[in-house]
Amino acid sequence: MKYEAVIGLEIHAELNTESKMFCSSKNDPFHSEPNKNICPVCMGLPGTLPVMNRKALDWVIMSGLAMNCQINKFSKWDRKNYYYPDLPKGYQISQYDLPLAYKGFLEVGGKKIGITRIHLEEDTGKLIHPKGEDYSLVDFNRSGVPLMELVTEPDITTGLQAANFAQELQLILRTLGISKTNMEKGEMRVEVNISVREMGAQSFGTKVEIKNLNSFMAVEKSVDFEIHRQTEILQKGGKIVQETRGWNEDKRLTFSQRAKETAMDYRYFPEPDLPPVEISQEWLSQIKSIIPELPAERRTRYKNMGVPANYAEVLTSIGISGDYFDKVVRICKALNARSVANWIVQEEVNFQIKPEFFGDLMQLIDDKKINVTIGREVLKRLNSSPEKSPIKIVEEMDIRTLNGANELIEIIDRILKTNSQAVNDCKKGKDMAIGYLVGQVMKETRGQADSIKTREIIVSKIASGRDD
Amino acid sequence: MSEREGLYKLTILQAGELLDRHEVASVDLANACLNRIEKKNKEINAFITVDKEAALESAAAADKRIKSGKRLGVLDGVPLGIKDVLSQKGVRTTAGSRILENYISPFDATVVSVLKKAGAVILGKTNMDEFAMGSSTESSYFGPTKNPWDLERVPGGSSGGSAAAVAADMCLGALGSDTGGSIRQPAAYCGIVGLKPTYGAVSRYGLLAMASSLDQVGPMTKDVADAEIIFSIISGKDSMDSTSSNYEYKKLDGDNLVENLKGKKIGIPKEFFGLGLKDNVRKAVENAINDFKKAGAEIIDISLPHTSYALATYYIIMPAEVSSNLARFDGIRYGLSEEGRNLIDGYLETRAKGFGNEVKRRIMLGTYVLSAGYYDAYYKKAQKVRTLVKADYDRAWEKVDVLLTPVTPSLPFKIGEKTSDPLTMYLEDVMTVPINIAGVPALVMPCGMSNGLPVGLQLIGKSFEENKIFQIAKGYEMLRGKIGGE
Repeated sequence: MKYEAVIGLEIHAELNTESKMFCSSKNDPFHSEPNKNICPVCMGLPGTLPVMNRKALDWVIMSGLAMNCQINKFSKWDRKNYYYPDLPKGYQISQYDLPLAYKGFLEVGGKKIGITRIHLEEDTGKLIHPKGEDYSLVDFNRSGVPLMELVTEPDITTGLQAANFAQELQLILRTLGISKTNMEKGEMRVEVNISVREMGAQSFGTKVEIKNLNSFMAVEKSVDFEIHRQTEILQKGGKIVQETRGWNEDKRLTFSQRAKETAMDYRYFPEPDLPPVEISQEWLSQIKSIIPELPAERRTRYKNMGVPANYAEVLTSIGISGDYFDKVVRICKALNARSVANWIVQEEVNFQIKPEFFGDLMQLIDDKKINVTIGREVLKRLNSSPEKSPIKIVEEMDIRTLNGANELIEIIDRILKTNSQAVNDCKKGKDMAIGYLVGQVMKETRGQADSIKTREIIVSKIASGRDD
Repeated sequence: MSEREGLYKLTILQAGELLDRHEVASVDLANACLNRIEKKNKEINAFITVDKEAALESAAAADKRIKSGKRLGVLDGVPLGIKDVLSQKGVRTTAGSRILENYISPFDATVVSVLKKAGAVILGKTNMDEFAMGSSTESSYFGPTKNPWDLERVPGGSSGGSAAAVAADMCLGALGSDTGGSIRQPAAYCGIVGLKPTYGAVSRYGLLAMASSLDQVGPMTKDVADAEIIFSIISGKDSMDSTSSNYEYKKLDGDNLVENLKGKKIGIPKEFFGLGLKDNVRKAVENAINDFKKAGAEIIDISLPHTSYALATYYIIMPAEVSSNLARFDGIRYGLSEEGRNLIDGYLETRAKGFGNEVKRRIMLGTYVLSAGYYDAYYKKAQKVRTLVKADYDRAWEKVDVLLTPVTPSLPFKIGEKTSDPLTMYLEDVMTVPINIAGVPALVMPCGMSNGLPVGLQLIGKSFEENKIFQIAKGYEMLRGKIGGE
């Protein structure tokens, strides 16, 4: 019997607005002093009322548009009622049946993953359990921080897909500048819903939830572990228990946290303290107009410029390198985008270097005025003095140009003569020694020699046995 | 001195004129009221907390302003009472509940800060049914308030403390709150004026929520002009309350003229004259209708067909919101906190001890109607009926300026008479609740006496047309003349 996994994700991301979702307290959940960024509203004092943070609304709508979602023209707030010490009002203001965004998708690694909905809500406070004490403390700095929740369709089938989706979402939210999304800090929280069923079956298997995943690796590995675990149980004729499981990073396995007894009844109802949100065409167009280039668009653009896919990926995922690349090729149009990408991705580049100077360096190499080795040296110097023109740097380096092959052969002969031990080693087949000899030639020519050519000459000379 | 003490009988407008003319000091007014409270509160129990020092301090500050010719306005130096459901900074705010017996609010409700800015002297916090749930002020943890007209009877509720305080001249005016009749029914029972403003006309920030979509803060005063004064000051948009409206009160010209009643279209909704209306109340209200007719008003029979569904709708929507609004009283951050063997146990202990029976009853009702599987049948359906009730009123305004109805089916009842039967207590609200459901404004004022007890009438207006209500009410007040008297 063959089995397949059905996986959906629920991802929460804290929005980094200035103030909290429904009050003017500072949005700084990691403030070192507990209960510093609080006010009567986010403490749920009697008589207080929420007032929406318009920016947070804008941002969730923006993220919806960025992920191909429909936007509800009429959205509203609902109360999710439950008791917990970190929830000061005894209910969380959330969105139940009319989320801001719905029915979208993301393409990740060539696979289209559906997005069921994206809504906005408020984060809870945080419980702290002092070791060895019989009480817990509550820190309300995080209480009321704007939190977006994204739910995917059960379109995911592997751990890698799950991790890739989360990573792409992180990239989008960072590109939009709306969330810091550090998973280890809990700024982005991924929960996995996973079940396994017989291949091709119509109905879903029993669902298990995996929580507290604080890295993409944990997402990937826990999902793969869970697929394996559930498949094995089913193969042995066993039954999956509906439960919430955690991930043990050290032991690399999931473990049961709590069995899901009866489903919680949150008694959702429309929040009477807040008017519904009506999203006009005008509002939408205004948000659309400020959406920056999205990662998918960027990748495509780079590919169309001839940048290899792996470099395009790096330039996209490390936004700052992509931005620098764009500046360089914009200023120096004559340059080969592929090699500029190669340098930016492969070498250590100080992005303080004026893009036109970096372009000049690329041009020097392109025109074969300096070789790659020298180019690297120039870059090194540029990195420490980014205000200096590379042309000037090259001048100061006093680089002799090699006058044709004869001069190179002369130098090689001289090196071979003075390093007879290395030559002997070469003959005995020690490859390391060839490297040493090439290095000596490079040193002699202050890096001007073509290292590949040099190696060829040395190898052929030694092989021909002429040790004159 | 005794003459000075008689100052407590003044209306806000009268006191203001004396203050303006430097004939009386704010401190004298405050002292007169404080002495009156000292004398009367033991038997009436209208105030839960009296802050004598703070009151005299702010009265002295008002006097200083007045002396230098810088009186802030009509309320500067005027002593008022505040229902204990409104947060006041640094003062105990109990909502009549044990769970908040020692809770001191760190902030002012918007209406409180607005009154303070207007120079009002706040004497203290008035008694009320616990969390404003009740129609008799008997469910207060701090003991029942008595009706100043007959100490064996209830003053109505939930703003019974404010109503009794005004009726017994312990303050010149007061604030109440009204979710299903909590300003109007006690105003009627105590023979004073009370206004439930349009939903959204007055900020709810700092009002301890009972049912958020129905609650409104409003004035309770000795006459109509005073109610208008307070309303004009407390109404308007508040950035802290997203449900408050951009609204600026505009007084209509032609004050106090019976003449204004001429040609006014007064609707008489027949549905309000069934509903178990007692003959003595009916008679007083019908007399008032005759007075209006004599003054030249046009009396128009009208029907609000969904009226009979309003109470049932109310007793679904209100407890639903109550069950959620009162969830915050968990003993974790403030208020009564009972230790339990574990978290759940602590919640249970705290709430079992902190809340009274009526509050518990409504939390249970509300929790039930919001539960999975019942939501559609109850809450959702109730919201649909609410729309129908509203539509009744929308149609009415095509034909009439205001509606005139009784306030309660009967006269003030005896203390203890209805506490054992919650359903008969709920029926007290049958003529006031539809107005909250519709969100429209309504003013209650006395229209006569029966067996030595006041009878009130209710004038209901179109949303944000409080000015029209006040104009008509002032005309009738003049026409009617003084009722009762001590």
